[in-house]
Amino acid sequence: MRGIVSIAGYVPYRRLDRSEIPATFGSGGGRGTRSVASYDEDTTTMAVEAARLARRSAPETATPEALWFATASPAYLDKNNASAIHAALRLDPAIPAFDFGGALRSGPGALAAALAGTGRTLVLTSDQRDGLPAGSDEAQGGDGAAAVLVGDDSDATPVIAERLGSAGMTEEFIERWRTPGARRSRAWEERFGEVKYAPLAAQAWKSALDEAGIGAEAVDHLIVTGMHSRAVRGIAARLGAINATAVDDLAATVGNTGTAHPALLLASALETAEAGRIIALVVLADGVDVIIVRTTPAIADFRPARSVATQIANGAALPYGKFLSWRGAVTLEPPRRPEPDRISASVASRTDEWKYSFTGSRDRTSGELHLPPARVSRVGDTVDDMVPAPMSEVEGTIALFTIDRIAYSPSPPIAFAVVDFDGGGRHPVELTDVDVDRLEIGGRIEMTFRKLFTSDEIHNYFWKARPVRGDA
Amino acid sequence: MSSHGIKDRVAIVGMGCTPFGEHWDKGTDDLLVEAAAATYESAGIDKADVDAYWLGTAMSGMSGMALARPLQLHDKPVTHVENFCATGSEALRNAAYAVASGAYDVAMAIGVEKVKDSGYQGLVGAAKTPTDGTARTLTAAAMFAMCAPGYAKRYGLTEEQVREALARIAWKNHYNGARNPRAQFRREVSMETICGAPLMAGGLGVYDCSGVADGSAAAIVVRAEDAHRYTDRPLYVKALSLVAGNCSGNADPTYDYTTFPEIAATGRDAYAQAGITDPRAQLAMAEVHDCFTPAELLIYEDLGFADRGTAWKEVLAGSFDLAGDLPVNPDGGLKSFGHPVGASGLRMLFECWLQLRGDAPEERRIGNDRGLALTHNLGGYPGEMVSFVSIVGRDLG
Repeated sequence: MRGIVSIAGYVPYRRLDRSEIPATFGSGGGRGTRSVASYDEDTTTMAVEAARLARRSAPETATPEALWFATASPAYLDKNNASAIHAALRLDPAIPAFDFGGALRSGPGALAAALAGTGRTLVLTSDQRDGLPAGSDEAQGGDGAAAVLVGDDSDATPVIAERLGSAGMTEEFIERWRTPGARRSRAWEERFGEVKYAPLAAQAWKSALDEAGIGAEAVDHLIVTGMHSRAVRGIAARLGAINATAVDDLAATVGNTGTAHPALLLASALETAEAGRIIALVVLADGVDVIIVRTTPAIADFRPARSVATQIANGAALPYGKFLSWRGAVTLEPPRRPEPDRISASVASRTDEWKYSFTGSRDRTSGELHLPPARVSRVGDTVDDMVPAPMSEVEGTIALFTIDRIAYSPSPPIAFAVVDFDGGGRHPVELTDVDVDRLEIGGRIEMTFRKLFTSDEIHNYFWKARPVRGDA
Repeated sequence: MSSHGIKDRVAIVGMGCTPFGEHWDKGTDDLLVEAAAATYESAGIDKADVDAYWLGTAMSGMSGMALARPLQLHDKPVTHVENFCATGSEALRNAAYAVASGAYDVAMAIGVEKVKDSGYQGLVGAAKTPTDGTARTLTAAAMFAMCAPGYAKRYGLTEEQVREALARIAWKNHYNGARNPRAQFRREVSMETICGAPLMAGGLGVYDCSGVADGSAAAIVVRAEDAHRYTDRPLYVKALSLVAGNCSGNADPTYDYTTFPEIAATGRDAYAQAGITDPRAQLAMAEVHDCFTPAELLIYEDLGFADRGTAWKEVLAGSFDLAGDLPVNPDGGLKSFGHPVGASGLRMLFECWLQLRGDAPEERRIGNDRGLALTHNLGGYPGEMVSFVSIVGRDLG
């Protein structure tokens, strides 16, 4: 039996209230909110966050044997973004990591391929949806990521949902498109896409049901998703899943997270599903992909490290002006400080354990934690007698903090905290996803993988800390 | 710490100091030429009489040639030293040791910094070492800002009590600087203005931070027994202490940002070298590194000018005012002078030179006749700093 061992969604902290858009421009917007990646997040960092949550929810022995990363908004072209994620997760170098590039369809495609394949594969999907100000894509899009750990069922690593069937129909037609580097997507008039998707959906649906050996009425939870919302609505109504409850499409809270959305909705559905339930995922993206799974008894023991619902509930408002500046639509006056130099590839390569996975060292004699890792102990002066100390999953407490209004930051001011990590060890770290007037000594933090700045088109990834907000 | 010290083995017999400020019309070379000329004149010598030079600059030049070229020194040993914001003091320390060793009869320590050419406010580091991009990006202001809540927490003070003490330090230093023609800022600033200033980092406003200025200062060092050939009022070097921290403070969970261990260590060492047992009573004055007001507050306690937890009260009582028990920063400090990194340590010594020799102008003359003065110069941040303390005296013994 093959299926899903663990799954998690990642919804960034910030929300744009869509009503702010017409308040600024006189048009656009709508009801509800959309999620917004922080200025220091990109699709790579969000994928890391989702992956960390999925791994925390999984049995410890469920180490991935491959990492696949899909996004339509890659932080780099040419360069394999999955490698940075691989480093942040501190995976063994022998575990391959691949980008599935470019298209919205790469997300459901990677998931379907993993479910049809072999080995334990961590499928990561992530997206950051943009559009021009006051446009529908800007308002209805969302930012987020999802991680699905796919593998074969075993006692140690049971699947929480088994694959029953899947199918994909492909056809070339011009419905939605974007060339590399463009900020906005473009779309053909709606009716054409609706007409093109309908027969593809019908055929894929039938094939998947046939493979699963069930009828449409057996489906308990139905997810139909895609960027073409009119086609999504129409097709959902015509699938004949008469007993199925429709899974919340998160349009009112998160928005459509593009490449990440199918797996994000699947995570959301699985987090509340009981055992023995059939969930069907139908994705419209230049063709139609259908995946049908059934929850196993193991789902009763599945404890999401932080559910999608919890993350949605813990969001905080972001003013529209800030949103526009974070997306590069407007450029704010920077602090009058020099901008950072590009990082050195060779230095970063030497320190990759520290930089990408926040791994320090611990002196074997004194037990003293060293961040960053050191060769000579601060206590007792032993030399080269340290073991790696991975700290990315260790929480801590704010001993002191400060707000720096003059240091360079892509989004000033910088908040910094001296953090005492649980189990010992202290390090000053930059804070993110914080409201500075709510910071306090004694506050609890967790680490998060972020992009500090970009210089010479090199993204400088490292770890920051953010307040712990509600484990589910 | 086991340092023997060189008490009374070398003397300072001449000093010069340019005005500190925005010298848009002067470059590093101009500042060096002017400080050197004033120093030669002060000692009654010319450049050929100086056997060796130590140049302190952190970001305005590299190598000894940064001095040999503008001064046109011929076949002289010139050593460039750098030790963060204690660079100027490091030049003095090395020059003094060279003379004490017997290697040279006459040495010059000269410090300079030209910081106003960067195009940015504040100090902008010159070193561009390639990095992995993980280093902390906080400004010094933000790091020192953490000392204020740290101090309040440890001693159960309110934010307002600490705020008032910090403002009083800034007020005092500006009061003194207003009486110093070499200072960059020569106006008194009211407590209201200080407390109401725009915030820079944490609770620190503009007036809690030292300014940014260009400047240069220098000293001539000779063997103590030769001192009276140059002046009848030399200053004898009683102690020179330096500690380069191991940067462990920010990794130490017991560190609470209410003390600078490196400063306390240099204080102990310097007092031992000089034979000082009660600094508050024995020192005539001190020039300390008031880069940010919380630094000066903590320095009082680390150097034993006040008992732990009491400096804030002493500040408010005026203990460190010009007419107080122990005047601190009678020249106006970094607050009034700004901080040309390589020059500041020697600028501090210059005030000791003026005060102990009775050359300070009447309006900022310290109110005691004791014969020992201390300079304290630091570079770095809470938890990771270089600290330097010197003690000089009017009399041998």
